[in-house]
Amino acid sequence: MTSSDAITPTDARTPSTDAPRAPREAEPPPSAAPPPTGHHPGNGRDDRRLLAAGRVPRRHLGQWISAAVLLLLLAMATNTVLTNRRFQWGVVGHYILDTSIVHGLELTLWLTAAVMATGYLLGIGVAVMRLSANPVLVALSFAFVWLIRSVPPLVQLLFWYEIASLYPRLSIGIPFGPEFASVRTAHLFSGILAAYVGLSLDVAAFSSEIVRGGILAVDQGQTEAAQALGLGRARIFRKIVLPQAMPAIVPASGNLLIGMLKATSIVSVIAVQDLLYSAQLIYNQNYLVIPLLLVATLWYVVLTTLLSVGQFFVERHYARGRGRAGGRLGPRSFRELFRGNLPLFGRGADELAGLS
Amino acid sequence: MSVGPVGETGTAPPLVRVRGLRKSFGAHLVLDGIDLDVRQGEVTVLLGPSGSGKSTLLRSINHLERPDDGFVEVNGEIIGYRYRGGRLHEVRPHTITRQRARIGMVFQQFNLFPHMTVLENLVEAPVAVRGTSRKAAAARATDLLERVGLAGREGAYPRTLSGGQQQRVAIARALAMDPDLLLFDEPTSALDPELVGEVLAVIKDLAESGMTMIVVTHEIGFAREVADTVVFLDGGRIVESGPPADVLSRPGNERARAFLAAVL
Repeated sequence: MTSSDAITPTDARTPSTDAPRAPREAEPPPSAAPPPTGHHPGNGRDDRRLLAAGRVPRRHLGQWISAAVLLLLLAMATNTVLTNRRFQWGVVGHYILDTSIVHGLELTLWLTAAVMATGYLLGIGVAVMRLSANPVLVALSFAFVWLIRSVPPLVQLLFWYEIASLYPRLSIGIPFGPEFASVRTAHLFSGILAAYVGLSLDVAAFSSEIVRGGILAVDQGQTEAAQALGLGRARIFRKIVLPQAMPAIVPASGNLLIGMLKATSIVSVIAVQDLLYSAQLIYNQNYLVIPLLLVATLWYVVLTTLLSVGQFFVERHYARGRGRAGGRLGPRSFRELFRGNLPLFGRGADELAGLS
Repeated sequence: MSVGPVGETGTAPPLVRVRGLRKSFGAHLVLDGIDLDVRQGEVTVLLGPSGSGKSTLLRSINHLERPDDGFVEVNGEIIGYRYRGGRLHEVRPHTITRQRARIGMVFQQFNLFPHMTVLENLVEAPVAVRGTSRKAAAARATDLLERVGLAGREGAYPRTLSGGQQQRVAIARALAMDPDLLLFDEPTSALDPELVGEVLAVIKDLAESGMTMIVVTHEIGFAREVADTVVFLDGGRIVESGPPADVLSRPGNERARAFLAAVL
C-alpha cells in the first residue's frame, strides 16, 4: 500500500476507480464542512493527505491464476498436437489441396450459398405472410414452418431424393377430373437437386422465424410515420422496417449460415460429394481416418473464420445511426473487436495496474 | 350527438369535416360521435384529459385508426372509403396511401427513421411518393431545415440530436410533402421542459404562415395564443368548443372547468 500513513486501519477501505471524492465526504457533518486544509481532531485524519494520497486499484488475483493455468493447458495441448505422430500432419499437408478435397470444398461452398440465398428469400416471404392481416396467409405460413421444423432435414432430403417411389408420376389437372400435363419423377430429383430443395426449405422455415423476430423488434411508430408520409407498403418494408430489423436478424443468421455450412455434410447420405464426404471416400480406401478428418475440419475452421469476420462487417453496416456519439455502435474496426475479445491483453493498461 | 363546432354558415366548405365518428377498442368506446369542422388556414387545438379520445380522433383523420362508424372528409374526399350505391366501400391500400400523402403528421415520439440521416429522412417520401428528383428534394430539404432552425444538420443521424431538434426535423419531414393539413399528436409531451419552447415556436411560425393544423396538446398557453378554435374532449365526446378566449376563460362544462383548473 502506498496510501497515507494517516489513514487508520479501520478506514483503509480499498480506493475504487471513482472520480476523486469531494473533501466534504470525509467529514461527518456536511453542513459545517471546514476548508480541506482543516484537521479533524475526532478521527485523526488529515484531508490534505487524503487528497494527495495515491490510488491503488483492486487486485484481480484470480484472473492471473486462471490465466496461468489456461496458458499451461494451452502449452500442453499444443505440445501433444505437435508431437503426437498419430496426427500425421504430413498426411494432412498432402491431402489439404487434393483435387477431390478441393472439389468437395467447392460443392460445399456453392451449395451453402445457394441454399441460404433461396432459403432466405422464401423465409422473408413466409415471415411477411405470417405478419400480414390476411388469415389465409397467416395459417399457410404457420403450417409451413410447423411442418418443416418438425421433419428432420435428413428425412426431408431422402424424401425429395426418393420422391419417385412415392409419386412415380406428377400431373397437373383438375382434382378427380382430367389431366393437362404429367411428368415422370424417376429422374426429376438428382441427389444435388434433392439436397438443394430440402435444405432450402429447411432454411426458409428457420430463417422466417428469425426475420419475423427482427421485424417485431422494430417500433410500430416507424411504420406509422412512414404510412403518414404516404409511403407504400412494399417501400415501408424494404426501406424502413427491414433495415431496422437487420441488427436483430444478422447474429442469428450468422449462426444459421455457419450451421448450414456444416449441415450440408448430410448430403453424403444421398452420395453427393461435399467436403466431408470427399474426405470420407479417401479414408475408406487408405484408412487414414484422423488426418483426413483433420483436413476437412481445417477447411471448416477457415471458412467459419471468414464468415465470422464477414458477419462483423455486416453488423457494423447495420449499426448505422445507433451509436450514442457518432453514427455507429460498438467497435469501429475489426482490430478493436479482436483486441477487445483478447482476455487480459486487450484491456487498458490501467486495468492491469493491480499486478504491480 | 355532441355539440361539435359544426358551422355551415361560412362560404368555402371546411377543409376537414368529421361527422358522427365512433371508434371502440374492444368493449371500450373511445370516440362517441364526433362532429368537427376545420377551415382552411385554421389552427384547431384538441384539449382534454388522457383517455378522452384526442389522439384517436387525430389518428382517424389520416386513417391510422379505422372508424367503426361515421366518416372523415378532407378536401371533399372521404378518407379510406368510397361512397357508391348507398354504401361506404373500403378503398384499396394504394388509395389510402395517396390520401395520406396530403396529410402531414408529427408524433409524440418523433418517429424519425434512425438508420437514415436527417437529409435522408426528409428526402425519402418526396422522392418515393411524389417522384421528385433527389436533387430537387434535397434542395427543398435544406430550405426546410433552415426554416426550423436546423441549417447544416443534413448529415446528422437522429440519435445525435436533442429531442427538440428531432421534433423540428420531424416537422420539416412532414412539410417536405407540402401537405394540405398538418396533424400534431402531443408534439412536446416527450420533451424536456427547456426544449418545449423551440418546438412550439416552429409550430406557431407555421400557424402564422397559414398552415391548417390540428394539434393535440396540454400546452394551454400555446392554445390560448395560437388556436383559432379550442375543442375540449371528454369521454369520447366534444363537450366544449369555440374561440380560446371563451373555452379557456369561461368554460361552461364542468369537466372542462375541472381540467383547466388542474392544468393551469
